[in-house]
Amino acid sequence: MKALDKKLWRELWAMRLQALAIAMVIVSGVGIFIMSLSTLDSLTETRDNYYRDNHFADVFATLKRAPLSLVQHIQQIPGVDKVEARVLAYVNLEVTGFSDPISGHLISLPDNSRGLLNQVQLRNGRLIESGRDDEVLLSEEFANAHSLKTGDKISATINGRRKALTIVGTALSPEYIYQIAPGAMFPDYQRYGVLWMARNPLASAYDMKGAFNNISLTLSKGTNSEDVIDRLDDILRPYGGIGAIARKDQLSNRFLREELKQLRTTATIFPIIFFSVAAFLLNIVISRLISLEREQIATLKAFGYSNLAIGSHYIKLVLMIVSIGVLIGLGLGIWMGIGLSNIYMHFYSLPYMIYTLKPQVVVFAAFISILVAIVGTVFAVYKAAKLPPAQGMRAEQPTTYHTTVVEQFGLQSFFSQPSRMILRHIERRPFKSLLTTLGISMACGIMMVGGFQEGAIKQMIDVQYNMSQREDITALFTDPTSQKSLYSLRNLQGVEYVEGFRNVSAKLSFEHRSYRTSVNGIPEDSQLMRLLDVDLKEIELPEEGAILTGYLAERLHIKPGDMLTIELLEGKRSILKVPVIGTAKQYLGANVYLQQKSLNGLLKEGNVISGALLKVDKRDQELVYKKLKEMPRIAGVIEQRSAIEGFYETMNESILFFTFISTLLGGSIAFGVIYNSMRIALSERNRELASLRVLGFHRSEIAYILLGEQFVLTLLAIPLGFLIGYGLCAYLASQFVSDLYRVPLVLESQVYAFAALVVIGSTLISAIVIWRNLAHLDMVAALKAKE
Amino acid sequence: MVEAQVKTDQELNKDVVFHVSDVTKTYQMGEVAVQALRGVDLDLYRGEFAVFLGISGSGKSTLLNILGGLDTPTTGQVLYGKQDLTRADEHALTEYRRYHVGFVFQFYNLIPSLTARENVAVVTEISKSPMSPEEALALVGLENRMDHFPAQLSGGEQQRVAIARAIAKNPDVLLCDEPTGALDSQTGIMVLEALKRVNETLGTTTAVITHNAGIAQMANRVIHLTDGLISDIHVNDQRIAPNQLSW
Repeated sequence: MKALDKKLWRELWAMRLQALAIAMVIVSGVGIFIMSLSTLDSLTETRDNYYRDNHFADVFATLKRAPLSLVQHIQQIPGVDKVEARVLAYVNLEVTGFSDPISGHLISLPDNSRGLLNQVQLRNGRLIESGRDDEVLLSEEFANAHSLKTGDKISATINGRRKALTIVGTALSPEYIYQIAPGAMFPDYQRYGVLWMARNPLASAYDMKGAFNNISLTLSKGTNSEDVIDRLDDILRPYGGIGAIARKDQLSNRFLREELKQLRTTATIFPIIFFSVAAFLLNIVISRLISLEREQIATLKAFGYSNLAIGSHYIKLVLMIVSIGVLIGLGLGIWMGIGLSNIYMHFYSLPYMIYTLKPQVVVFAAFISILVAIVGTVFAVYKAAKLPPAQGMRAEQPTTYHTTVVEQFGLQSFFSQPSRMILRHIERRPFKSLLTTLGISMACGIMMVGGFQEGAIKQMIDVQYNMSQREDITALFTDPTSQKSLYSLRNLQGVEYVEGFRNVSAKLSFEHRSYRTSVNGIPEDSQLMRLLDVDLKEIELPEEGAILTGYLAERLHIKPGDMLTIELLEGKRSILKVPVIGTAKQYLGANVYLQQKSLNGLLKEGNVISGALLKVDKRDQELVYKKLKEMPRIAGVIEQRSAIEGFYETMNESILFFTFISTLLGGSIAFGVIYNSMRIALSERNRELASLRVLGFHRSEIAYILLGEQFVLTLLAIPLGFLIGYGLCAYLASQFVSDLYRVPLVLESQVYAFAALVVIGSTLISAIVIWRNLAHLDMVAALKAKE
Repeated sequence: MVEAQVKTDQELNKDVVFHVSDVTKTYQMGEVAVQALRGVDLDLYRGEFAVFLGISGSGKSTLLNILGGLDTPTTGQVLYGKQDLTRADEHALTEYRRYHVGFVFQFYNLIPSLTARENVAVVTEISKSPMSPEEALALVGLENRMDHFPAQLSGGEQQRVAIARAIAKNPDVLLCDEPTGALDSQTGIMVLEALKRVNETLGTTTAVITHNAGIAQMANRVIHLTDGLISDIHVNDQRIAPNQLSW
């Protein structure tokens, strides 16, 4: 090894704690970059494989009833590859020992087959054998939630008739990777399930012999799905088709797509922060090292070492620190990536996870780290290399100080000499002080992002399910039913309040923009469904006109006063024009609201409802469920609150994971910045502090001078960090906007407190390490050393 | 000019400030043990101006550091009055330096972020009965430069600020390590004059380390160190004023 390289290793060892603190920041940046991108790639890869292997359809449509002969006709639409017609039914289920209402989808499956499209992935047991009318496959999540095994029985109310079904296996389907009940936002594996059974018994129960009510298509390469959808809609319209959708709009796929979008945001914004902080840290640390080694550099140059040799010597040092960071970061990133991918595998019911780490991701992470490190230090290194030897051997000019602005205001007498030293030191290098403060603020801000998620979800649920939708139970009717059916519900023991609602699928349009959703008719004096304005105050729904979810109005670029076109996709398929009255604050979904009576009027139907909202006395809840299940006209019962509880349980795991990561990452920045700037301050002021010790200052008194500066910067950084954290969360919230959900910007006080606490904790830990260094301050050397 | 009042060894003997007996100091320099002091016996008297002469490596700085409470001997005893400095812990040594000792360094060691006045104040603020910073600076002839930062002062001025800082607490002893080592002769003389004035007006026991034999002539006693031992103690019958010194 060359002598210069030995120097390199020894210097790295001498500054190991500082190097480690910088490496940790790089570790965090690389780690989060690798984690998000590898998870993104894994999830995409897994999804694409799963979709391809299981022939996930490109176009989906539901309709009332059409003869199977229509399939041939559909097959002839240009670009259509495969077609599968199915019977699909929404039913009530019953599992022994579980009293809450359970709803589920029963999907027809050809005998002994996984289906043609949207093939099931058998997880356990076997497929349905031909001629077995009572066999079902259960979605794995549902089976697990109830600990149901092959051979167990489950009963379903199929078209009003209760039927016992035998479980022959469990399965997953690409169609239900996010398995939620119609109208729900959160998966509830106990109260909603997907089941597959033979076509025959299902078809006969629903009068679908030789017919179908659900169709999926795959398209040949290069086909425009919109064209096919238009043709398909034309064909299905007479049969009660409510409009086909492309794969990108398929519900469970849409949730996954939103998730991928969020990951992409995470993969960009956080590494940028970490890499900038790393560049700053390398800059201050290497600059300091070089200024301490001025004489050495001059001596080496005097011996004939070239500028390039000197420059590359320091660049090598930087690269060594970066390499440590990249290597550990890579390991951490893979570990976190696998962890996160597994969380996703369970959160989205995926049968497997292909962990994918693309070589270009690793190369890019390493490249960016190296680039950033070199950019951060090149100026200091250049200056060192350029230094003429004679000048390097002379001592550096004594630093010039001035009285600070604060003191010039005549406040001087308030400060002791040590306090003046603190202020003047901060002010002498305002840019460095600012960057240090900014670095600490970033740490504070990043920590707030971890807590933001949890608070945002709480707020979403609170607004949606406590303030806006106040029912305990939603009962869905098999068909639109007379308002009179509410009487029988109202008379059930334990039911405190009942109101009906009308719900119709529709295509909304304004100017050239359109959106598929459902139109909701709610009673004019609705007690259970409240529309809220931006300030979360209740809005009166007038007799004429519609209120839109705020997000939907923005998306359609429609304002109150404009005329909204509603194309109803049921019944007579009338096209209506309705004035927009206002917008409602909703974090979930995108809907239109009309008074029920007006909607009935527009549909030219009587006083008809699609379902009912019930307020139920907790003590009688089970009894109410029991009665509801016995009512043949009730297709499904949704109980949102337990779904939310279940959701919280699933979320807890991932929230813990994210809080852990963000604390780790934020803490690494906080410690990296604070420890390094304290360490450098100690090195720069070593002599000054030792002199003060000689003059009779106690260790605590010089610690005040040295650490006081850092404490002042930390205290300044915390409020700034709150602002940055708020901004980061606001940015993330703005990125996570979709028609499925909007993330509210809510930051609870404990989020601020936690972030501040970690920053203060990092400052204290650094201070303790430095405090111990202060014990070894060499007073004798201070007497002899030159400036 | 010949000093009028020459204190004799006999007179000074009455009031011993430091009593050093059989002090050795061994430094472990890597694998080599360096013996800096090999058994020093010495008394320093109240109010005297002592100059320690010796070439570099003779042990004079080590001795001064031990007297100043910056270092402790390997063996032997150092008494400051009745206080045994060899048995004092870190806290006690800090208190000792804080209330009894004034230091002047070769390279001044001023705090660059504080003005001349504030550099003195930094010490007076932690002392028991200091003079005012202004008074201390006037003693060294810097009453007009009080609000200048170190970077705005010449070397001689900086060293005089350092002397003012050292004496402002009214210390019992003033320890100066090569106070003129970084200065030219003219400036050096101004600094020595300041030291002499302090010694005479305040009666502060003053110990000056130097390798400049010329300075010795202004001392009461000249203590020669060679290879870690006191080789000679010389009492000046006639002290010479700083401006008469042959540099």
